[in-house]
Amino acid sequence: MTVHIPSPLRSYTAQRGAVDAEGATLGEVLSALDRRFPGLRFRIITEQDTIRQHIRIFVNEEQARDLSVALRPDDEIYIICALSGG
Amino acid sequence: MPPVRPLPRKNITPSLEPATAPVALLVGTRKGAFILRSDRARRTWKLTEPIFLGHIVHHLVLDPRDKRTMLMAARTGHLGPTVFRSTDFGRTWKEAARPPAFPKAPEREKGRVVDHTFWLTPCHANEPNAWYAGTSPQGLFRSDDGGVTWEPFSSINDDPQYRTWMGSVQDGTPDGPKLHSILVDPRDPTHLYMAMSGGGVHESVDGGKTFAPIVKGMEVVEGFDAANVTFHDPHCVRLCPSNPDRLYQQNHCGIYRLDRPSNEWTRIGKSMPKRVGDIGFPMVVHPRDAETAWVFPMDGATVWPRTSPDGKPAVYVTKNAGKSWTRQDKGFPKAHAWWTVKRQAMTADAHEPVGLFFGTTSGELWGSRTGGAGWTCLVRNLPEIYSVEAAEL
Repeated sequence: MTVHIPSPLRSYTAQRGAVDAEGATLGEVLSALDRRFPGLRFRIITEQDTIRQHIRIFVNEEQARDLSVALRPDDEIYIICALSGG
Repeated sequence: MPPVRPLPRKNITPSLEPATAPVALLVGTRKGAFILRSDRARRTWKLTEPIFLGHIVHHLVLDPRDKRTMLMAARTGHLGPTVFRSTDFGRTWKEAARPPAFPKAPEREKGRVVDHTFWLTPCHANEPNAWYAGTSPQGLFRSDDGGVTWEPFSSINDDPQYRTWMGSVQDGTPDGPKLHSILVDPRDPTHLYMAMSGGGVHESVDGGKTFAPIVKGMEVVEGFDAANVTFHDPHCVRLCPSNPDRLYQQNHCGIYRLDRPSNEWTRIGKSMPKRVGDIGFPMVVHPRDAETAWVFPMDGATVWPRTSPDGKPAVYVTKNAGKSWTRQDKGFPKAHAWWTVKRQAMTADAHEPVGLFFGTTSGELWGSRTGGAGWTCLVRNLPEIYSVEAAEL
């Protein structure tokens, strides 16, 4: 599946705005991403495995609230940086 | 409250020779870090381009043991907290592989989340590559590999009594409760102090395995019980390099001095002028004279503006351990300057005369080559300044 990377995280992905990843759940996909791009996961997921306050993750057009969301191989994942103020 | 144990006495004496090398000011701001380098005379200064522009940088510290390694506590508005490391004085940076983070809580329990790393302290000179970090909410961490990986101190972070003293997020500063002022006795790497806003001042004599509070003599907001450690709000605590048995503290409720082995703080701010008061955030000590310390008073009246009293900024110095204070405002605006200086944003170098430096939340960086006798604006128009550290090159 494709994971869309916002500009604040592209220093981890060699400036790529979209990367391929595999996993049966959102948590598995983000762990797989972190193995390829070390450090990326902790910037968006807390040590308690919750999505950080100013990060939103969408699977296709549905907002994911936690990491247990099941995924299909053709899903598109969007990581969004949102609402952090000036 | 557990008793404070006897102090350690191991004969490791730090060098107290005046510095002569150029100075670098390491500036953390709400929108990135900057380095301001001086010439040997500290007359001319050169500012770098922003480092990690857009990152919220709470602290940028040079390792005095190798004078090359720098750690930066950073996050962004969106992205979580991390630590960046440079081993070539800021030319290149790498991110910590495991930044400070609390342990994952068991199922059905609510674990804590590090919002930001707030404070960085190099460990003892005899512990190369070791660092301490304080976080918001209050947590104490240590790295033994130059900041690559960080381990929590369960003695603080998970201790039920300490968790009670830390209180909730509502008991901290508007930017979150913080663990700060991590101090290492230069005579003994196992003798530590740290402070929490809120949550008091604490000491360890066993390298952090256990801590005990030292809050006797410290005042709290009127109507609260000073015996309750939770209510104590030390803003900044400093240890005198020339006499590690002396500590100075700027507190939410006054300026204090502690002379060990006593466990009782003395409110030396009572000798400040009444119209100025003794409220503020930073505390600075002289590198070679334990009688001398500086504060930057701010308005703690009515609704607590936390700006220079009457819009007339001034540093105050004591040269007799707090018996009296002298105003130092030569070079500052005489009126209409409503400055706020945060607790990490004022520092001294080790030259003779001592250089003093501070940054304001309005983005001005001021310096004095004369121990505060005269002041010059070094840089204007920076972002909101969070921290200033003076490093000897």
